Amino acid sequence: MTAGAFISLLQGAGMTLFISGAGIVLGVPLGLVLALVRWGRVPVLGKIVAVYVSLLRSVPAVTLILLIFFAVPTIGPEIGPITAAIVMLTLNTAAFNCEIWRAGLNNFPADQLEASRAFGMTPLLRFRRIIFPQLWRSSLPPLINEMTMLIKSSPAIAVVGVVEITRAATRIGAQTYDPLPPMIVATVLYVLVIMLFVGLQRITERRYGQIGAEA
Amino acid sequence: MSRDFGIVWDHADLLVEGLINTVILSLAGAALALMLGALLAILLMSRNRAVRIPFRGMVDLMRCVPFLMLAYLVYYGLPSFGLNLDNWSAGMFTIVIYNTAYMAEIFRSVWSRLGRESLEAATAFGFQGPRLYIRIIFPQIFLASGPLLGNQLIQIIKDSAFLTIIAVPELTHAASSIQAQYFVPFAAFIVAVLIYWALCLLVEAGVFVVERAAEARR
Repeated sequence: MTAGAFISLLQGAGMTLFISGAGIVLGVPLGLVLALVRWGRVPVLGKIVAVYVSLLRSVPAVTLILLIFFAVPTIGPEIGPITAAIVMLTLNTAAFNCEIWRAGLNNFPADQLEASRAFGMTPLLRFRRIIFPQLWRSSLPPLINEMTMLIKSSPAIAVVGVVEITRAATRIGAQTYDPLPPMIVATVLYVLVIMLFVGLQRITERRYGQIGAEA
Repeated sequence: MSRDFGIVWDHADLLVEGLINTVILSLAGAALALMLGALLAILLMSRNRAVRIPFRGMVDLMRCVPFLMLAYLVYYGLPSFGLNLDNWSAGMFTIVIYNTAYMAEIFRSVWSRLGRESLEAATAFGFQGPRLYIRIIFPQIFLASGPLLGNQLIQIIKDSAFLTIIAVPELTHAASSIQAQYFVPFAAFIVAVLIYWALCLLVEAGVFVVERAAEARR
């Protein structure tokens, strides 16, 4: 494998990180919104979110990206591969993040909610001052775990032609007729990125225990 | 739009064939990985550090590799070891070795939370060696890991869709080939999506039944 091939794999890694990062930045808050809709028992919408989560959690990333990339243009606007990739990862991870945020909300100590109500806090103030500061800490380790799952499913976006790590590796393999070395380097790149997240998860687990654990 | 679904319906045989392949790959792969994972869990729980540490390292490493990358490594790598597998077998091989690591990790985590009492009682009753594992340890672990195994089976079903990339004729591949021939992307893929959903709901229902049984035994 030449230095040029190695550089194009690194560029692929950049693309994987960019698209995964976009999916995380969009999917984590979207998951929180979905979780709040279900937690707040919003009529009709809550049920829709429940169905959405169940559906999205069982759809393979490959199938979903093919659906978005090929079907959206037939009923709506043209969609490029990178946009399709970000939309797919966001929709997918939001469903899992919704369940993580919801578990945190369901485990939230009821006495604190009652106390804040007794102090006459508005729901918004209660969320901002009481719930969220504790919720994000307890949800962070499982959220980071979901980020590693997102990166592990990101090779799916190669099927619509996004040149990320996997696509770069198959391309080099096709040019050199020797697919194994670029695949091994690509795997090492993935392992390094995912290990970074696993390390982060362990650190956050140690720093932030369960809600109310220190109390 | 209804014409599109008509085209997909006309090729239902392709989808059914793909579905059967997805089910066989997932179930047989999961069953093999389950057995190998149970054996690997024994090594992960070994009291001998020289055994435990390298195997834990291997499992942790495997869990950092995306499924598709492992499929490529198997697909392109095995021939250089003189092992020529067709696409289907390469896919199956990938599912088994990938999930053996996950299954072993599930069993290890459940095992390490198992109380010492039953183990001590069993040794006091003279259970040892394979009989201790088969009669005492594994039944408890299997019953306690039901939901985790269900989640892993769902993950396997989803991962099996990646095998379309190495041309294994599974469900996504079938939907893809119908859409490529007739350009009915929405109908073809939405049908595939709904079938995956139904499969996963079935698995969840199965886990629920097993949980009820496990509850009755406790």
